[in-house]
Amino acid sequence: MPDVIPADSIGIVTPQIAQFDTPLTLSCGQTLSSYELVYETYGTLNKAASNAILICHALSGDHHAAGYHAMSDKKPGWWDSAIGPGKAIDTNKFFVIALNNLGGCCGSTGPTSINPETGQRWEASFPIVTVEDWVESQARLANLLGIQTFAAIVGGSLGGMQVLEWSIRFPTRLQSAVIVASAPKLSTQNIAFNEVARQSIRRDPDFFDGNYLDNSSVPTNGLGLARMLGHITYLSDDAMGAKFGRQMRHDSYQYNYGVEFEVESYLRYQGEAFTKRFDANTYMLMTKALDYFDPAAQTNGDLATVLSRAQCEFLLVSFTTDWRFSPERSEEIVNALVKAGKQVSYAKIEAAEGHDAFLFPIPRYMSVLNTFLTRVANRLTTEVK
Amino acid sequence: MRSDLEIIDEWVLPNIRVLDLACGPGELLHHLIQNKQVNGYGLEIGHDDLNTCIEKGIPVLEQNIDEGLQNFDDQSFDLVLMTHALQQFRRPDLLIDEMLRIGKECIITFPNFGHWRSRMHLALKGRMPVSDFLPYNWYDTPNIHFFTFQDFERLCEEKNIKVLRWAAVDGQLKDHWWIRSMPNLFSETAIFHISRS
Repeated sequence: MPDVIPADSIGIVTPQIAQFDTPLTLSCGQTLSSYELVYETYGTLNKAASNAILICHALSGDHHAAGYHAMSDKKPGWWDSAIGPGKAIDTNKFFVIALNNLGGCCGSTGPTSINPETGQRWEASFPIVTVEDWVESQARLANLLGIQTFAAIVGGSLGGMQVLEWSIRFPTRLQSAVIVASAPKLSTQNIAFNEVARQSIRRDPDFFDGNYLDNSSVPTNGLGLARMLGHITYLSDDAMGAKFGRQMRHDSYQYNYGVEFEVESYLRYQGEAFTKRFDANTYMLMTKALDYFDPAAQTNGDLATVLSRAQCEFLLVSFTTDWRFSPERSEEIVNALVKAGKQVSYAKIEAAEGHDAFLFPIPRYMSVLNTFLTRVANRLTTEVK
Repeated sequence: MRSDLEIIDEWVLPNIRVLDLACGPGELLHHLIQNKQVNGYGLEIGHDDLNTCIEKGIPVLEQNIDEGLQNFDDQSFDLVLMTHALQQFRRPDLLIDEMLRIGKECIITFPNFGHWRSRMHLALKGRMPVSDFLPYNWYDTPNIHFFTFQDFERLCEEKNIKVLRWAAVDGQLKDHWWIRSMPNLFSETAIFHISRS
């Protein structure tokens, strides 16, 4: 809980809900007749509606990207270190929008919502949504908020995939794209990790084929296990080693399956904490969205050809110790953009934190982001004059 | 009198694809983007230089040239540039091969170690030259290969590389008639425009 709101915080923020009654046909073929998206905004939209930045969230993110909901909050939004007055994504200059994606569990229509056609919770029957579906729904939110063209769309990891999709699907609706620690499609190993995560959820006896809430149950063991696995892959070997080493809970080995090493305790805690805030069906949906994303599939695997549609400027950022979305994966996007003759800059940031680095305020990372966006902001000012 | 940048600018056609290796703060690339509307990219690893390029809106990629340029397709650029950097790489000869693989043409500038002042320094003082332009000691210099205007010409001959044109400038990066007449003795910076015949 902050005793006082820090000066560089956006302060107390209130989520808003946008209701959509125009049916949305999804990649899977199903149609959502109506749906809601929960979102937050920070900063002020200028008269020309040209200073908006959209933040696309990653696997377990949500619409609460910055500031506090109440003075009693223990923590600010998930990317508060980058969004706020004077920060890299400067709310004095930009109107920042963060939403919870469709299929989420933090207020937007998803598996825990009521299906208006049945009056029951969606649960397992909620259709699988894709990055393309998200981008379509985000464009509708932009329409509702009166934003034709974003100054920038920014996202890390799965969020970066949404940014990439925006640049292809709506090339005239963004001036710049910031893609952090992402990839043009998942590697086989990444799909494999996702499958283990899904299987650990599905094989939990409390999963009830996805209809666990109706059975007054929650697959906490499976979801917790999925999160534990995820956590290992988000950290680097070095970062885990530096944080925990072989630190032990007791002075000597206990020769049992309780917690011996601190890293075990950490993983168990992370797994359990996650089950209190996240829905298992949503987690599975999000991992499927990751698996399915492959924009180059429409051009026989040629990423440069599909990216030739893009018109915005790109900034790509990767982190040296990230092995889940390694620098080489970001460089695939960079190389395709260069081949397509697009405006692109790329920074490979020295960082120990692994994939998680994209959420940390690493000075050089923040400096690159701020430099790029300052130029975006300055160009807006020039255009208005 | 023209500076090396002005000389290069005259040699560059408008609207071409340009890759600038070790682009530094992007001065030349910025100039070519503004004046020649080139589709240009810089490669750089210096953090401050990268930020300067991003600040100026010059497309710049963080990539260590010594680790290879395999990510660039054959003949995918009209022009590959390298100014004042060739002497800093492990194998300049292989790098030139790579540059000519990626680019249809290359422009390379480098400090000419055959300049009379360098020769005097070594001949009279018996010590490695340290100048305003190469202000390093032998042990801390990033310039790990020293070669002359003539050495570069010889390498081009050996490799069957065609010299389309050359220029030579002094320490203030200006050209003069006497430098043109004896470039190996009088130029501090040599500028070569080359291609694979």
